[in-house]
Amino acid sequence: MHPAFSVIFFTVASGAGFGLFSLLFIADVFKLGGGFSREQLIIGGLMAMGLVVFGLLSSTFHLANPKNAWRAFTRFRTSWLSREGVFAMVFMPLALIYLASIWFDAPLWLRETFGFLTAVLAWITVFSTGMIYACLKTIRQWNTPLVPANYLALGYASGSLLLLLGAVVAELDTTPYIAMSALIISIAAVLKAIYYFWIRSPGLTPTINTATGLTRAKVKLLDTGHTHGTFLTQEFGFQVARQRASLLKIVVFVLGFALPGVMMVWVFDQQGQQMAAIVAVMAGLAGAAVERWLFFAEARHVVNLYHGAQRC
Amino acid sequence: MRLGLVIDLDVCVGCHACAIACKEWNASGTIGPLSDYQPYGAEPSGVWFNRIRHYEMDEYPNNKTVNFPMSCMHCEDADCVTVCPTGASYKRPEDGIVLIDQDKCMGCNYCSWACPYGARELDRSSGTMKKCTLCVDRIYDQDLPVEERQPSCVLTCPAHARMFGDFDDPDSAVSRTVRERSGFGLMPELNYNPTNRYLPPRSKPVIPVEPKSKGGLKESIKQFANKLVRR
Repeated sequence: MHPAFSVIFFTVASGAGFGLFSLLFIADVFKLGGGFSREQLIIGGLMAMGLVVFGLLSSTFHLANPKNAWRAFTRFRTSWLSREGVFAMVFMPLALIYLASIWFDAPLWLRETFGFLTAVLAWITVFSTGMIYACLKTIRQWNTPLVPANYLALGYASGSLLLLLGAVVAELDTTPYIAMSALIISIAAVLKAIYYFWIRSPGLTPTINTATGLTRAKVKLLDTGHTHGTFLTQEFGFQVARQRASLLKIVVFVLGFALPGVMMVWVFDQQGQQMAAIVAVMAGLAGAAVERWLFFAEARHVVNLYHGAQRC
Repeated sequence: MRLGLVIDLDVCVGCHACAIACKEWNASGTIGPLSDYQPYGAEPSGVWFNRIRHYEMDEYPNNKTVNFPMSCMHCEDADCVTVCPTGASYKRPEDGIVLIDQDKCMGCNYCSWACPYGARELDRSSGTMKKCTLCVDRIYDQDLPVEERQPSCVLTCPAHARMFGDFDDPDSAVSRTVRERSGFGLMPELNYNPTNRYLPPRSKPVIPVEPKSKGGLKESIKQFANKLVRR
């Protein structure tokens, strides 16, 4: 699949935003490390919402006809893409009510109810983002429950790193934040490792034989019938060399998981705290972006069987 | 009604006439134009509803070229319709034709990801997705003579490799042909239940070709003697 940068940016940014907001709620409920002040919670919440809005806006850049984008909320009943948009839109007012109830010192039950609803909506929205890809039967590398799991884990991992940076800046006790981040990042790394292991095996997939129905003999493509590329070859023809993919997987693990881990040890040891936290956030987000690029680059659409592939 | 096409892989000669006729009709049809990019340039490309690929089946000396026209299969369980977030993509309940409302499409490409058959192509000039309409603006046209109320590709095929009809009617020509010739749908394992059917290439009777004997005096005497001796 052709990796579209607007979609990569969108999924990474909105994932981090939703992750940050839900974890901010948890940090607020349990007053982790002493608890953020009112202003700090508001700033953190608005930053998370900014990431989400920024991501959603950037996702419209890959549309060929964005003037009809508003219609994307109409097919909620069948389309995961539509659901994602609707859930993201429901998230916004709930998040604002939560932030308002912090600002105006609303009763605790109101504040925590709306915080909880917002966190649940954030979870559902990121799940829907993953399901956009996971529901496609045409791409074996995507059609697995590990995809929404990866999207959620990586979203929360980047969110937890942002929250850790917030805790460092707010000069809270960072230990609970480090523990939370370390746990989420470990889960994300393990899930990603399972995913990479899983897609390595060819599995039961359509082949050139089932694609043509000529199942009794070897079949090979003689001619695609088009002179230059088509929409199909541009959209689905992109391939990444296996060696390069392996290298990028190492980059994902080093940049996305190992480096933030090392930086957290640094934060824990109280040396150069803020710089270490910033590096952790940057590395985490860059790792997530590389992971997302590879997620697209490694996906093989079955239409390639009509362009010469023997199996997908 | 469940309208669709039958394509005879045994008969198709791979002339691309169906694709040309399709482009000709639909470029000025209800969802036209079908934009071309650099049609006379170094890298010609453009939007087509019908594409013909050429395959080789089996290996020499048993190989055979199979020409393979493909357009929208008008699937029963069309994921391209369910994934569409705007409702632009829809399947008509009355005849099963899958269409795209050009006024609603936002060009997100998602439906083309969901289609395993590569039936959908984005038109860069309008920014909308386009696909085979089964010549919906032709098959119901009361101004055309009855025999011409068929998709363009079917009418034009010089080899009569294409048929159009109703698959819900067990006695229609398409249903009967599919039954008799064991027609099949493509990639059944994905469960899209494509409507269009393909007829497999026939196994041709093998004509035995024996090498002619070398001749020579000894050989002809032997043959002559064989003819004389009654066994």
